[in-house]
Amino acid sequence: MFRNQYDTDVTTWSPAGRLFQVEYAMEAVKQGSACVGLRSRTHAVLAAANKAASELSSHQRKVFRVADHAGVALAGLTADGRVLSRFLRSECINHAFVYDAPLPVSRLALRLADKAQVCTQRSWKRPYGVGLLVAGLDESGAHLYYNCPSGNYFEYQAFAIGSRSQAAKTFLERKFKGYDDYTPDQLIRDALSAIKETLQGEKLTSSNCTLAIVGRKDDGTVEPFEMIDAKRVQEIIDSMEAAEETPVAAAEPSSTQEEDKGTDAAPMDI
Amino acid sequence: MWNLFFSLVLSASYGSTLRYKSVERIKAVGKHSLIGASGEFSDFQEILRYLDELTLSDHMWDDGNSLGPKEVHSYLTRVMYNRRNKFDPLWNSLVLGGVKKGPKGEEKYLGMVNMIGTHFEENHIATGFGNHLAIPILRAEWCEDMTFEEAVKLVEKCLLVLLYRDRSSINKFQIAKITTEGATIYPPYSLKTHWGFAAFENPSKGAVGSW
Repeated sequence: MFRNQYDTDVTTWSPAGRLFQVEYAMEAVKQGSACVGLRSRTHAVLAAANKAASELSSHQRKVFRVADHAGVALAGLTADGRVLSRFLRSECINHAFVYDAPLPVSRLALRLADKAQVCTQRSWKRPYGVGLLVAGLDESGAHLYYNCPSGNYFEYQAFAIGSRSQAAKTFLERKFKGYDDYTPDQLIRDALSAIKETLQGEKLTSSNCTLAIVGRKDDGTVEPFEMIDAKRVQEIIDSMEAAEETPVAAAEPSSTQEEDKGTDAAPMDI
Repeated sequence: MWNLFFSLVLSASYGSTLRYKSVERIKAVGKHSLIGASGEFSDFQEILRYLDELTLSDHMWDDGNSLGPKEVHSYLTRVMYNRRNKFDPLWNSLVLGGVKKGPKGEEKYLGMVNMIGTHFEENHIATGFGNHLAIPILRAEWCEDMTFEEAVKLVEKCLLVLLYRDRSSINKFQIAKITTEGATIYPPYSLKTHWGFAAFENPSKGAVGSW
């Protein structure tokens, strides 16, 4: 996309029928650090790659709990994301006050999309520069939506946004068909693997990713949206790495195997 | 399999005159609920319009979610309480009941909300004189696992007491039932009454003399 004479404000169409300011806003999403979302029939998982402005600062917060039954992960201008999270929380609370029930996720995503659309049709506004992965649970199961600065939104089985998200999407494209029947643990592992793809060689640790899950157990009890704590995330990462190393160890019976505290896959007997 | 029961008299008053004798005061709301009302009938009609809008937009979503009785009750409570705070109440006592399949199985719900916004959930609800005459009977004789026929008998017992003792009732009733399969509102019918008491024979017998 090059600069042209139709991109000065959002209320100007280009001759090809494009709104360049909206497209530029979507570019801002691609600059943010990666986020990944996946869902099964009963659970939805969000994962985000943390990025710190410098070694001295804390990580940018990218995953927000919106209600007991829903949360978002965002990529792009995090200030815009913070404001939108506040809006989503407000919508959920208002609905719960009137109806004493959680706001269904599709309706939440629609309200967010309508809000984003307003900014694409006012000369005194600019589009929000943040893409949100909205994950939640309602009567009809677990859902994952992607809300775009353009005001569009789609439901996904799995999706990734942000920088280097294509690597994560390629990973997810291979595996998403089975996700409906995945257990929560399997979803979490795939989310972490997808985030790992976006790190491009950098080591995945609990300090450079955030993980959150929401879902409903088989007996009907709801597991509310919550961030998984760093210690547990590290345990899962360690056990994933151990599981990767195991087939290599089996091929060489004389090689030494590191004992990992979080391993649940036992090394193969030779 | 849960049944929920409503019964009422088919009348609407004009002040203290029982003017309209074929008025249905129970309606189905969405797929899972029933609403019954006493009080100002025109306000009930207005409430039904609000509920129509609500259930229509809910239905149009077509997203696998639907309004259950708890949600409708909560919504009505907000409406009633808000109107009361504006000193412009909807002059009704509403009974809201229903059955909805939840993740933990069938969930039944019965609650009421009145013109000042008082609301609660209970296994048996009554409005007006029903609170004084019917509730004591229901408290004594209701139990968790009654059959449909037992419930009808119990409700008819209450209706009969009300018919005899509440001067503003008529012998024309209607029963409605709601289950997970849907709502059934039965046609109106009457109960058998007995007026053959000695004191009612020759009523002018003791009327001799001055006022």
